Amino acid sequence: MTNSIEEVEYNDAIFVIGSNTTENHPVIGTFMKRALRRGAKLIVADPRRIELADYADVFLQIKPGTNIALLNGMMHVIIEEELYDKEYVAKNTENFEDLKLVVKDYTPEVAAEICGVDKEDIIKAARIYAKAERAGIYYAMGITQHTTGTHAVMSISNLSLLCGNIGKEAAGVNPLRGQNNVQGACDMGGLPTDYPGYQKVFKPEVQEKFERAWNAKLSNKVGLTIPEIMNEAEEGKIKFIYIMGENPMVSDPDINHVRKALTNLDFLVVQDIFLTETAELADVVLPAASFAEKEGTFTNTERRVQRVRKAIEPVGNSKPDWKILMELMDRLGHDRVYTHPSEIMDEIRTVTPSYAGISYERLEGEGIQWPCPDVNHPGTKYLHKEKVARGKGLLMAVDHRDSAELPDKDYPFIFTTGRILYHYHTRTMTGRVEGLNKLAPTSFVEINESTANKLNISNGEKVRLVSRRGSVETYAKVTDIVDEDVLFMPFHYAESAANYLTNTKIDKTAKIPELKVAAVRIEKLGR
Amino acid sequence: MANIIINGKGYQVEDGITILEACNRLGIDIPTLCHDERLEPYAACRLCVVEIKGKGKLETSCSTKVRDGMEIETHSERVIRARKEILDLLFSNHPNDCLTCEKSGECKLQDYCYEYGIVEGTYIGEKKNYPLDESNPFYTFDPNKCILCGKCVRVCSELQGTNAIGLKDRGFDTKVSTPFDMGLATSKCVSCGNCVAVCPVGALMPKKRERYRAWEVRRVKTTCSYCGVGCQMYLLVKGDKVVGVEPAKSRPNNGLLCVKGRFGYNFINHPDRLKTPLIKRNGKFEEATWEEAYDLIVSKINEIKGKYGPDAFAGLTSARCTNEENYLFQKMFRALIGTNNVDHCARL
Ligand code: SF4
Ligand code: SF4
Repeated sequence: MTNSIEEVEYNDAIFVIGSNTTENHPVIGTFMKRALRRGAKLIVADPRRIELADYADVFLQIKPGTNIALLNGMMHVIIEEELYDKEYVAKNTENFEDLKLVVKDYTPEVAAEICGVDKEDIIKAARIYAKAERAGIYYAMGITQHTTGTHAVMSISNLSLLCGNIGKEAAGVNPLRGQNNVQGACDMGGLPTDYPGYQKVFKPEVQEKFERAWNAKLSNKVGLTIPEIMNEAEEGKIKFIYIMGENPMVSDPDINHVRKALTNLDFLVVQDIFLTETAELADVVLPAASFAEKEGTFTNTERRVQRVRKAIEPVGNSKPDWKILMELMDRLGHDRVYTHPSEIMDEIRTVTPSYAGISYERLEGEGIQWPCPDVNHPGTKYLHKEKVARGKGLLMAVDHRDSAELPDKDYPFIFTTGRILYHYHTRTMTGRVEGLNKLAPTSFVEINESTANKLNISNGEKVRLVSRRGSVETYAKVTDIVDEDVLFMPFHYAESAANYLTNTKIDKTAKIPELKVAAVRIEKLGR
Repeated sequence: MANIIINGKGYQVEDGITILEACNRLGIDIPTLCHDERLEPYAACRLCVVEIKGKGKLETSCSTKVRDGMEIETHSERVIRARKEILDLLFSNHPNDCLTCEKSGECKLQDYCYEYGIVEGTYIGEKKNYPLDESNPFYTFDPNKCILCGKCVRVCSELQGTNAIGLKDRGFDTKVSTPFDMGLATSKCVSCGNCVAVCPVGALMPKKRERYRAWEVRRVKTTCSYCGVGCQMYLLVKGDKVVGVEPAKSRPNNGLLCVKGRFGYNFINHPDRLKTPLIKRNGKFEEATWEEAYDLIVSKINEIKGKYGPDAFAGLTSARCTNEENYLFQKMFRALIGTNNVDHCARL
């Protein structure tokens, strides 16, 4: 997030696109509702009529995979009606003419046609966003999990730059990160192109820096992303995989493919707190301690580094992940031992500029938001304060492109996936909480009432969904949350996992699979 | 700034704050059952009354702003008499079961009755007799213990923004309830438990699997392990078990949680937890020691690296693990195995 969570309450306009905030980031959802109580305006764009849609000034129920067309349509109106921040654009951005040229074609009529919404609503949304003094955009996987994900993110950035809604308190671009420490895992170099602090592995000066810091010879070859790893494993090029605390056998697209990849290895190590679907396939399983049993830090979606504190001893013979890694690294010739995670943080700050001022001592109060370049720096509440980080904000004109797989005669429905309030990711944790299972016991597929009528499917009936990659059985939930040609299914449930159906086609830049759009058919089972 | 006198002593305080806020900042203790600094002032319980020179009646300090020259008495005889009267009334219409009440030890009514010497209610008459609402899987509502401070209703509407509950009827029959009295399970309630967290008495209580008394548990502040909001919370620990969770009033969540953070903790001590390393032999997992597991992994790493080189390795690090663990994991792959094939499910 460029802004802080506390700033959400002070937005004048909130634009939520591709995020079911009240279910997936519930506490941020409460900040949004409080902003509305203060009089903020709300624009919601989502293929589903989510809770926030009920409070929205404009709700755009767009077809899955049409975010860019909508954003371009809004920018068309904003430029046409001269509602953009001319001074900001002139002073702080580049490429305005290109953007103007591209969005020219996206008249409200054209955009409305692609998105399947009313053109008046696009105009209204554009006016609300552009006229607000401080507007925040909030998005999640509904933007990124498309083959056009990177472009959609650029498009969002275009919109905010166009209206000068960046680098200010309570105005900015705010991706909401799904998992507790996905921000931190990226910050710490859990990426094939990046050392900690987003320092690129292919830059000679960076390589040299880390070779000196770690006293090791390092590779400058960019590594593989998960989809690539799975492909190469299936082809037999990757022989050894070590998985720490992830469950790709439920979370990744095309599970049949993941299974083939993981069973084709010479050796698979899985380290987790439960025997997950993925751990079942391992050669060695290492028992890890849960978050309640260890010291450490997580970095939340507003870049706040916060302490995790040990409440109980690790259960059984399990060990905290850092200890397991340290003991293994020791056997592989690592030259250091740590007696406490704070000592690992002390090493992190010497190689990670944005964490340079962070120590356990300083985290005692309310944590610190990076960038925090030195020990006297208070941390950073919102980004791009003086100017956009790279100097001038680059407006990147992008066009709408269709999703990789569109519905056709054999697979006539658009299938989209997501999370629900009562479960988390692959349910390894929430699936073991009785009350949560009581509130959300089984997987289901949301199907529009009139579609259900046409297919003679009643609420609660068992149905089969089939895509080009696989099929699953689940229960029909007849509802008006989705449009007639859209089916939605939460991906949490291993026993009828939505990811048997999803498409592995990825965004070329970010390598994110298109989990939000696949073509499926639905079959009545007659039982 | 305003110059005021409290209990005969002069102070300078910020303009525009309430008497209660001023006293809180100055460390002068004023009892209240219905106040929460995150909510609009409500002035319902009237326990926070103070005497202001020149005013005939007592004023509620939570809703009265300081003014320059104000002279305030927070514990005068008249004030104390009024507070005793209020507590007596409340306790007269309250089940007298502190011995077995789960809230005992952290109940505000109990604390204030102790402080003001209320032993029993002197108003004898009809007591409330409503059925319990146990329909929510995570918490119960006992309307008989409810003192109608309205905090739960206001938190649900003002902070949580769900509006699942309201105050129904008037006078003696007033009651916190869901629309049409249909029970919490069929209401809009999203089980965040934020109402439970502010109930000053034992009316709204979490359902517990392990029984414990307030003074038996340790509170450990930590970060929620579910979504990226990173709410701050306390784990309640009894012996070697996590037996509950309470929200922390600090950034970013300021005392709020959602159902997962608040009630989704039973996985921690779940019997399915992995407790020992496992090695697969002939397609079956067998328990192993850490030494055996490490030795096997290291020998496989050396063997495969010798045969195929470092780029035959790949590691999936974890958005669930700590920064320190992610740092070590990628360091292991880069510095010790020699490949940049490290990724995690940021994209999923
Ligand atoms: S649990 Fe949350 S949603 Fe339910 S009544 Fe309480 S505050 Fe409202
Ligand atoms: S309590 Fe809920 S909103 Fe807060 S971090 Fe946990 S899962 Fe996210």
